[in-house]
Amino acid sequence: MNRVRQVDLGTPVSASTETVQVEIDGLPATVKAGTSILRAARESGVDIPKLCATDSLKPFGSCRMCLVEVEGRKGYPASCTTPIEAGMKIRTQTEALAQLRRNVMELYISDHPLDCLTCSANGDCELQDMAGAVGLREVRYGFDGENHLDAPTDSSNPYFQFDASKCIVCSRCVRACDEVQGTFALTIQGRGFESKVSAGISEDFLGSECVSCGACVQACPTATLMEKSVVDHGQPERSVKTTCAYCGVGCSFVAEMRGDQVVRMTPDKDGQANHGHSCVKGRFAWGYSTHRDRVLDPLIRDSIDEPWRKVSWDEAIQYTAKRFKEIQAEHGRKSIGGITSSRCTNEEVFVVQKLVRAAMGNNNVDTCARVCHSPTGYGLNQTLGTSAGTQPFDSVMDADVIVVIGANPTAAHPVFASQMKQRLRAGAKLIVVDPRKIGLVKSARIKADYHLPLLPGTNVPIINALAHVVVSEGLADDAYVAERCDTDSYNAWKAMILKPENSPEAVAKVSGVPADDIREAARLYARAERGAIYYGLGVTEHSQGSTMVMGMANLAMVTGNIGFSGCGVNPLRGQNNVQGSCDMGSFPHELPGYRPVGDDEVRGTFEKHWGVEIDPEPGFRIPNMFDEACAGRYKGMYIQGEDVAQSDPDTHHVEAALRNMECVVVQDLFLNETAKFAHVFLPGTSFLEKDGTFINAERRINRVRPVMKPSQGKDEWLITQELARALGYPMNYSNAAEIMDEIAELTPTFTNVSFKFLDEVGSVQWPCNEKAPMGTPIMHIDNFVRGKGLFIETDYVPTEERTNRKFPLLLTTGRILSQYNGGAQTRRTDNMVWYDADLLEVHPSDAEMRGIKEGDLVALSSRKGEISLVATITERVQPGVVYTTFHNPETGANVVTTEHSDWATSCPEYKVTAVQITPATHRSEWQHQFDENARKQGKIVETT
Amino acid sequence: MATRVYVPRETAAVSVGADDVAIAIARCAKENGEAIELVRNGSWGATWLEPLVEVLVDDKRIAYCNVAAGDVPALFDAGFLHGGEHKSCLGAINEIPYLINQDRWTFWRCGLIEPLNIDDFRAHQGFNAFEKAVEMGAEAVIEAVKTSGLRGRGGAGFPAGIKWQTVADTDGEQKYIACNADEGDSGTFSDRILMEGDPLGLIEGMMIAGFAVGATRGYIYLRSEYPLTHSILSRAIETARSAGWLGDDIQGSGFDFDIELHLGAGSYVCGEETAMLESLEGKQGIVRYKPPLPAHEGLFGKPTVVNNVVTLASVANIMNLGGQKYASFGVDRSKGTLAFQLAGNIKRGGLVEKGFGITLRELIEDWGGGTASGRPVKAVQVGGPLGAYIPAEQLDTPLDYEAFIEIGAMVGHGGIVVFDDTANMAQQARFAMEFCAIESCGKCTPCRIGSTRGVEVIDRMVAGDAREDNYDLLVELCDTMEDASLCAMGGMTPFPVRSVLKYFAEDFASAVGADK
Repeated sequence: MNRVRQVDLGTPVSASTETVQVEIDGLPATVKAGTSILRAARESGVDIPKLCATDSLKPFGSCRMCLVEVEGRKGYPASCTTPIEAGMKIRTQTEALAQLRRNVMELYISDHPLDCLTCSANGDCELQDMAGAVGLREVRYGFDGENHLDAPTDSSNPYFQFDASKCIVCSRCVRACDEVQGTFALTIQGRGFESKVSAGISEDFLGSECVSCGACVQACPTATLMEKSVVDHGQPERSVKTTCAYCGVGCSFVAEMRGDQVVRMTPDKDGQANHGHSCVKGRFAWGYSTHRDRVLDPLIRDSIDEPWRKVSWDEAIQYTAKRFKEIQAEHGRKSIGGITSSRCTNEEVFVVQKLVRAAMGNNNVDTCARVCHSPTGYGLNQTLGTSAGTQPFDSVMDADVIVVIGANPTAAHPVFASQMKQRLRAGAKLIVVDPRKIGLVKSARIKADYHLPLLPGTNVPIINALAHVVVSEGLADDAYVAERCDTDSYNAWKAMILKPENSPEAVAKVSGVPADDIREAARLYARAERGAIYYGLGVTEHSQGSTMVMGMANLAMVTGNIGFSGCGVNPLRGQNNVQGSCDMGSFPHELPGYRPVGDDEVRGTFEKHWGVEIDPEPGFRIPNMFDEACAGRYKGMYIQGEDVAQSDPDTHHVEAALRNMECVVVQDLFLNETAKFAHVFLPGTSFLEKDGTFINAERRINRVRPVMKPSQGKDEWLITQELARALGYPMNYSNAAEIMDEIAELTPTFTNVSFKFLDEVGSVQWPCNEKAPMGTPIMHIDNFVRGKGLFIETDYVPTEERTNRKFPLLLTTGRILSQYNGGAQTRRTDNMVWYDADLLEVHPSDAEMRGIKEGDLVALSSRKGEISLVATITERVQPGVVYTTFHNPETGANVVTTEHSDWATSCPEYKVTAVQITPATHRSEWQHQFDENARKQGKIVETT
Repeated sequence: MATRVYVPRETAAVSVGADDVAIAIARCAKENGEAIELVRNGSWGATWLEPLVEVLVDDKRIAYCNVAAGDVPALFDAGFLHGGEHKSCLGAINEIPYLINQDRWTFWRCGLIEPLNIDDFRAHQGFNAFEKAVEMGAEAVIEAVKTSGLRGRGGAGFPAGIKWQTVADTDGEQKYIACNADEGDSGTFSDRILMEGDPLGLIEGMMIAGFAVGATRGYIYLRSEYPLTHSILSRAIETARSAGWLGDDIQGSGFDFDIELHLGAGSYVCGEETAMLESLEGKQGIVRYKPPLPAHEGLFGKPTVVNNVVTLASVANIMNLGGQKYASFGVDRSKGTLAFQLAGNIKRGGLVEKGFGITLRELIEDWGGGTASGRPVKAVQVGGPLGAYIPAEQLDTPLDYEAFIEIGAMVGHGGIVVFDDTANMAQQARFAMEFCAIESCGKCTPCRIGSTRGVEVIDRMVAGDAREDNYDLLVELCDTMEDASLCAMGGMTPFPVRSVLKYFAEDFASAVGADK
């Protein structure tokens, strides 16, 4: 595939459904009403020159290159700002226009360096293109006049530079920061000839509010804002469309390449999840994929105290199979299992769960969704009938009231957050339910109408109180409930919700949220024509995670907010393919498509296709695997791309379990924390090497295309296939497409999906089958998938994790924008300039009481363990609550988290831990051990 | 009984010592044991006579001109409190030809009343027009404004009635009246004289506009260079509000209207209506493209009437006396009166409100008394720094929007700046470009870069450097700026430049060394 140039039609598409006829350069054209002349012409194949216009931004009208003549009008209107009118006769090329454009271009070039040949944008510069297009041949003003040719370059951002000498002040960067990203970090400083782009108030980019999303770089028509990778390596020569491997937004990107080298990743304007936008991670933080830490050879060792030995693929796979077989022979069929990865493709995940079921002969397969969104799958399935969110991202643009619960989109789902902020700036109301003042509570031109700063662990009382107000104040959508929901369950739920303990006044005492705010927020949501709920792990990672998910579904149903655009219950999925890994049958009780393994008919279908008998008994969940390992009954495990030793709760317990096992196989890019306890390391592939599909938070199946060959020599699905064979089960795929064909054949919601189909249509949202050949953006339109919507009673059972005199504070955890989850990727990029160590957020009053100052080292202890980390004093957290991130293994945030988990799905209660903080002078004991272990581990010896 | 003495509190008068005069009069009166009532009125607009002190003697206001603080003891000695003879005495104010020969439609209360005294204002028909408007109803108000032929006095000359009709016809729960008081054109001061001399008259005009189009909020965008105006206007708004003439249900009319005063930050281009709206919204004063027109999507995206101070203030008498009466002044499509402002090299500078059709020569010679230097007039710039330089041969051109367009000039806001034959017009052409370079908002390229290049090209011409090539380049640059600029700032900067090229080309040669 040659390099793809993204098409720019100049101004955004018109929302009108009507069309009008115009005449452009004598030829008739039919365009949507409200379209600009510029876009109308470009759609008709007439390229009017332009510089300040780009179709991701509102027209601006500053460059004056796109002037045209319109019959019957005087002067030369700018085609970008002039909407077409029926019957308009437009001329885009006349002698007068040619001279005007040339003369305007002459002015531009009179203040622009003439270094095209050595410029990093040479060949990809709109100014250069336009100068050519208008036939500029000389600059009569000369170059001795006032100019900006000596303006300095700001290289403070690690990924891009700002060369002010090349700036043409088109404001595209400023407008992109405002309109697309919504950060408002850039401005035009000064006026007239002195106008210049400025980050903040004369700050450098790194020191400003800039979040490094890259929208400005994307928008820049010249070399002014340019990726340093392009400056270093030159212009790309080919490009491949693929999907980002960070969060569950699933942004489409164009990987721009020179040979096997990625020159840059640019967001794809056709991407149906991101519409050409990106965040700092997807846009820039892909360097980890070729980081020197990547292990490219299979490694084995007999004991975790030995150094690793480099071996051939064949030896590693045979060794693994031998040890797994020995374990099963000695400890029984169920003594081994596997974990699939939400970072891998559906095809890679599917073969791992198939290996467990077909080659290991049990259902001991689970996935990292266990520790994040398993309550989503459970709760939404119970109430609505589908283990997934109800809406496409674009639905938010129709929402009137947006409720964000336990999610921090500007940090964790930045591209969707930008879309949400566009809608909020256009007037939608916002309710934030979160213990912390997250970015959405108040930021540039965004202010939540209500922020309910509840105590960690009190989601369920809040959601019940919101529903209590709806029902008791007559705000329920009775007609909707009567038509679409199960009446008996509704009546039972209604009786429960009206109980006095669910009143806002009662809940205020439990949650710390003023009753009036709960009432007003409930009224705002209930009265909205279109109310949408978005939530994250702040909902699920609780001992009542499933209860809360069902509580939100109840609230959406009782207010009639499911089944159309602008509403719904929408999980913001954390990982690129967490939806997919769940869809692919990664759960111990479910085969692909969420079908129970205990169901004979379902199992029969798979047995027939796979030619094996499948165990009807559900297998172990991840926490059970660790418990069983500690008990000595679970001895071998194949872990695909998950670092359980860092990211699972109660690290002491996890480490004990891993130490107790005989064969731990880690398949990953890096020797991660879990690998320190592993016997086999199988090098995996980066997303840039994968061929397959990811499914994002809106059920969108996106293609992942390889931009380079697997650098360790083998596709990941092939590793699994070879292991299956070595274990005695024949797997015979010749490519990833064949795996998807099998998924489609066996999974009713995927029947229509194939690589070929996806390559044709871009992406689809499942269900995608005979009933919905082009996929299903909005779920539950006329009926709920389960039939009638089921109200489920959501009585509040508080967590057993309580504060007391010894542990008086509540710790909650989360992430920040620049780092991603366990940090394996982002820690190996320049994103470290923004955040290189986990910090503990402490409220000033809690800090003062303990004599803790900004930047002090503090000991954070819980009933489970103790770590030391640096404190930052901030009112983002409320008194009594502390907060940290879990991006750095050497911090060990999960050393302090507990074994408590969701009653239904075992999703760990990461979000509530009773802790104490005290000033500290050194790292904790666990951290010392970690440091020591880190020194010992990771040694690799060559074998002959 | 105390004798009433008037000393203007108006920026121009104060700049030549009116405050000191007022203090001196108060002190002298005390020393002499004379009881006086000192009234700080606005200016009559005869700036050349300031400080113009008046004494009320037997129902006549006897005027004393160019009074300095040091003259005050002598005035007392001359018995000026009783109308005593003195070299500065002009007789009764209402007998001074400069004033009585005007058509004082809009400025008739300026100088006459005590600006912040609402009773005085009421006694001089204040708010009668608003009451009349409420009685007539919104539609009839707009009809009357249309009948009057009133056009925007800020410079663009767009018919006010049609603008009001557009805003009235545009759907919108919230509409605004935005009064453009960013009087930045060189040689103009009529807005200021009105706001300082009859601030309640402006407020009444805005109320009528609000009533006519259905707007409940008005904003006055005042330039920061008018601190005294700001103080007077703020107090006037407060006074009107506390007397129930602003706020909810004004005087039981059921009409809600209030006004907010917004101070600019020293940008000329913020007088351009869309940049003004941006600035009012708290943003940088950057020009917006049109359409959408402010009448459809103006302040905060809502339908907005943007009118100049004089336009709005002219409406009151249109209510009182009828649109027909106003239309009886003026000529052709330039109906009514305009407050011409005589400035620059002129003997008798000041404000002259006259019906359209008067010639430049009449204004400059009959009212202005010719140049201050006594030398022949070389050129006149009308309509601010973007107006063409009119050569002396064209002084008989009548002041009429269309007649001015015909000679490549513009009436604008009515500022008339006179130059005598010592002026070097090449330097004035350069100044036009330089002014644009300094004041350009920087949004569009022709204005942002073109103005700076314009200065450079003119400098090369003046230096005799490839004068013909640079002449051609300058003409092309003027074409580019005029045809391609986003707003009138860049679009009209070529007017003065072209007029110099056309009428005073020889000055480019004679300018060599002119400023060395």
